[in-house]
Amino acid sequence: MPNLQTTQLIKQFGNQIVLDDINLTLKPNTIYGLLGRNGVGKSTLLSILANHQTASLGEIKWGDTVLTGRDHPLQAIYLMSEINLFNKDDKLKTITKNTALLQGSFDHELAEEMLTAFDLSPKKKLNQLSTGYRTIFKTIVALCVPAEYVFLDEPVLGLDANYRSLLYRYILQAYESRPRTFVVATHIIEEIATLVEHVLVLNDTQLIVDDDLENVLAKSYRVSGPEELVRKYCTDLNILDSQQMGTLYTVYLYDTLPTERIIPDRLTIEHIDLQETFIKLTNKGSEAHV
Amino acid sequence: MLFEFNNDSPLYRQIAEQIEEGIFTGVFPPGSQIPSTTEISRQFNINPATVLKGMNQLVASGLIEKKRGLGMFVTPSAPAQITEKRQSEFFEHYVAQFITEAQQLNLSKNDLIGLIERGYDHA
Repeated sequence: MPNLQTTQLIKQFGNQIVLDDINLTLKPNTIYGLLGRNGVGKSTLLSILANHQTASLGEIKWGDTVLTGRDHPLQAIYLMSEINLFNKDDKLKTITKNTALLQGSFDHELAEEMLTAFDLSPKKKLNQLSTGYRTIFKTIVALCVPAEYVFLDEPVLGLDANYRSLLYRYILQAYESRPRTFVVATHIIEEIATLVEHVLVLNDTQLIVDDDLENVLAKSYRVSGPEELVRKYCTDLNILDSQQMGTLYTVYLYDTLPTERIIPDRLTIEHIDLQETFIKLTNKGSEAHV
Repeated sequence: MLFEFNNDSPLYRQIAEQIEEGIFTGVFPPGSQIPSTTEISRQFNINPATVLKGMNQLVASGLIEKKRGLGMFVTPSAPAQITEKRQSEFFEHYVAQFITEAQQLNLSKNDLIGLIERGYDHA
């Protein structure tokens, strides 16, 4: 399977730049987490990659082929969209049947299994479903199409904890039974932290993180102790944020710790999780330079 | 045995460590089959590539071996290997830390020896 690559991709709405100079290579058979704050352009990026929207500038390549829009490999790339592309008055089973025709094939067995697991009747109409169920249904369709690149835009929106957990399990099951690339755009970071192999963070029009999860977590630290010692230890390191609590000073780092620097006894250095790293990287006002 | 994960080290290493712990405590005796990548992946919603990386680490260190078409099995020498490794890590992990903490608490070397003897009496 070819890579899907963007070069200097720019998207403008009017004179507002939403995505600026995005250089991204998606590889086959990888689960990506696409993270970013509200309105940062995650959905826009996915819909450009899936050819639902066009870029203002820049290039998208499918393997070695530059895509012009007309020759987009539609059946190889599938976007589960926020916006409903299905006919709201159709029964779910009609939608899956039509999707099967459009996409070339469809995993009806998995669809049936998932509909049962989520207690959803195929005889229902799309407009009879609650927000959560609509998300579930759209995700089921996305997991059952034969695409090699599947973009899941907020696949757990409006789902309760039980169904979220069940859905993650099905994503993994689908991935294992037929490895393909998933890009999961979500705000529930904690819950996908074990699911994804690679992390993408969009912030303020830019792609500020594009790295394996393992590397991202390896660089994320919280250093705390007496202010003077913390400051001295963190000199020239990439500081995302700092907090003062009495005489206790805490600094959040996104960097590799210099091995030659000795860590004083009174400093505590810990790793932080993906969610906290994300918050520190994308907080307005904190100086994040990655 | 329990699988519990934290932020301290990469997830694949934690998976390897916890299976190692299972072998060490006898949950997975020599010759027994350990849970498959798929089982661990599904149970804890972990990316199968991550689980596999942890498994490969255990294969590389000779604690488990792959039997084609059957799964992963604990090697006969695994418990002895783990014991040996942990003995060499014991000083670094426990003794050094123990002494640092004792010094901060103003406990002398003799106090420590006394405490160790007391610990053995109660063990």
